[in-house]
Amino acid sequence: MTYFAEVAGSRDLLINLTLRELRGKYKRSVLGWGWSLINPLATMAIFTVVFSVLLKSNPAAGDPSGLDVFALFLLCGLLPWNYLSNSMTGGMYSLVGNANLIKKVYFPREVLVAANVASWLFSFLIEMAVLWVALIAFGNMVIPWIPAVLVLMLIQTAFVLGIALMLSVLNVYFRDTQHLIGIVLQVWFYGTPIIYPLSLVQQHISGWLYTLYEANPMAQFAQAYRNLMYDLRWPTAGNITYVVLVSAATLVAGALVFRRFEGRLAEEL
Amino acid sequence: MDPRAPQADRTDSDGRPVIVVDGVTKRFRLYDERNQSLKAAVMRGRRARYEEFLALDDISLTVPQGATIGLIGENGSGKSTLLKCMARILRPDAGTISVDGKVSALLELGAGFHPELSGRENVYLNGAILGLSSKELDSRFDSIVEFAGLSRFIDSPVKNYSSGMYVRLGFSVAINVSPDILLVDEVLAVGDEQFQTKCAEKFADLREDGKTIVLVSHALGTVRTMCEQAVWLEHGKVRAIGTAGDVVDDYVSEMHQGRAEGESHGGRWGSGEAVIERVELIGKEGRPTGHIATGDDVTIRLHYRADEPIPRPVFGVGIHTMGGVHVTGPNTHEAKVPIEKIDGTGHVDLHVSRVLLLPGTYDISVALTDTEIVHTFDFRQRAMRFDVGPGTPHETFGGVTSLGGEWHWHPDRD
Repeated sequence: MTYFAEVAGSRDLLINLTLRELRGKYKRSVLGWGWSLINPLATMAIFTVVFSVLLKSNPAAGDPSGLDVFALFLLCGLLPWNYLSNSMTGGMYSLVGNANLIKKVYFPREVLVAANVASWLFSFLIEMAVLWVALIAFGNMVIPWIPAVLVLMLIQTAFVLGIALMLSVLNVYFRDTQHLIGIVLQVWFYGTPIIYPLSLVQQHISGWLYTLYEANPMAQFAQAYRNLMYDLRWPTAGNITYVVLVSAATLVAGALVFRRFEGRLAEEL
Repeated sequence: MDPRAPQADRTDSDGRPVIVVDGVTKRFRLYDERNQSLKAAVMRGRRARYEEFLALDDISLTVPQGATIGLIGENGSGKSTLLKCMARILRPDAGTISVDGKVSALLELGAGFHPELSGRENVYLNGAILGLSSKELDSRFDSIVEFAGLSRFIDSPVKNYSSGMYVRLGFSVAINVSPDILLVDEVLAVGDEQFQTKCAEKFADLREDGKTIVLVSHALGTVRTMCEQAVWLEHGKVRAIGTAGDVVDDYVSEMHQGRAEGESHGGRWGSGEAVIERVELIGKEGRPTGHIATGDDVTIRLHYRADEPIPRPVFGVGIHTMGGVHVTGPNTHEAKVPIEKIDGTGHVDLHVSRVLLLPGTYDISVALTDTEIVHTFDFRQRAMRFDVGPGTPHETFGGVTSLGGEWHWHPDRD
């Protein structure tokens, strides 16, 4: 009980630390916040040229929306992915990078990780808002689906936070986590239907391999985001159940791992 | 003194215990090899091998409300570890610490300041880290800035602050958290003199308001004057606990008794035509020593060697406290002691018939210069360290030196 009271009591701290992350991120850069939009746009442009123009990848049009724009198809999966990968990388450093603070002041340490995720959630929201405008401009009336997308973002946040909590303590005890994660993220990125549609995977692999592919929570998230924003239809019940369960389990696991190891943080850092 | 049941008795507080330390043990891991890699762990089948170091060994003590308690002891005795356990930064391996009230720990000022953010943003950030809500901060913001004396600079990034400004702002936020219990680790030794005075006043205010203060310090004078009680830790155990003056005296009389004498701690420079080869402190028994008492008759002896004739040289001695306070700096020139010429070896004595230094540890620096004190032949910074133990006059209220004065009582006759 005292634990929950403490976490609830640190709401102001969470807000302040998030603001610190956000303000610190683009200080002293001329474009400032512009960078948080330019980055995904650049990735989008590169992938569009490579995969759509050169490799002629042509995912089927949205059903029932009928939208057929590769860049938008890509962004529906890329933005949620960026949210995960940024939070994982940032979360990993959230304890190591604040070693001085942890050694000198007591406060619930989870807040550092949560503030990092919150700052990326904020960027994610802005990027999504821009994507919605673009979708509407191309005739996809996404507005009625936005509440559902927001709920999905919340579910993904639980997933992302759980992973970030685990990585943050892991990186304190094993510093090569940070090198390992670079590789993990690459494999995971290509193992998720972001630059290609899920149907392509269905054509080429089957059986237990496909089951393994589907077990990837990010594949399910990407599918759900794409259903809601690109196809304009509800994701399947199985899909939603899966992401909710996996996210809840990941968050609980993350919190437990964090609790287990946070006691000696000030010494190990 | 029973270290297991130490109750700081104080008449002017209600004595309700606010910090209860019960059988606290803390071990640190000293890794054989600091190899924090996954590969090393897999190869070994486990994480790096380590030895355990017992930083706190079954410590029990109680701090009553409103008390000011000093933790003293040598480096590595566990006093900072104990303080960090009280602050919940470290978690004890065994035993419990219960703390009743809002705690503010002044372990490092301005920890968590973001250099790119303005002073204003950092006040809110640091305040939140210390547990203040935004509303509380709104109402205290002006007094925080005013106390730090930074109204003009509050909107510039703190990376442009001088280290003094940085520390002042950090202290100001920490102190305005209005804690019930303040844990302080050596931070009083920062900032300029004016700011130190301000801090001392603030601490006095807090004490008067009945706040509890636990202070870790090497500045024994500070402990003597500020604290009623002191706890002497040695190798992670409570060695003594009691009235600050008594504990500090016991500590000083024992501290570093086995230390090598004449040991050099500081730098040395000079042209070297003549050098001070050795510095000795001759105690009242007439033998070199590193340990004297207030009131002793002592001689500081400077053994010199001149490789070529040096006409009219000047010998000087400087005495500093461990905290760097310059106590005195006599020399043969100002004392108008003519030294015609040195050539070969010899020694110069500074005889003090009654040392007025109060208990503590002091450093002697020595210098050998030309007549005008412009050219330095040899300068040995902190050439020797010595301890002063309690003697006569005996003053428990701290300070660096006694005045050696005499009291006289003259009642008016009606």
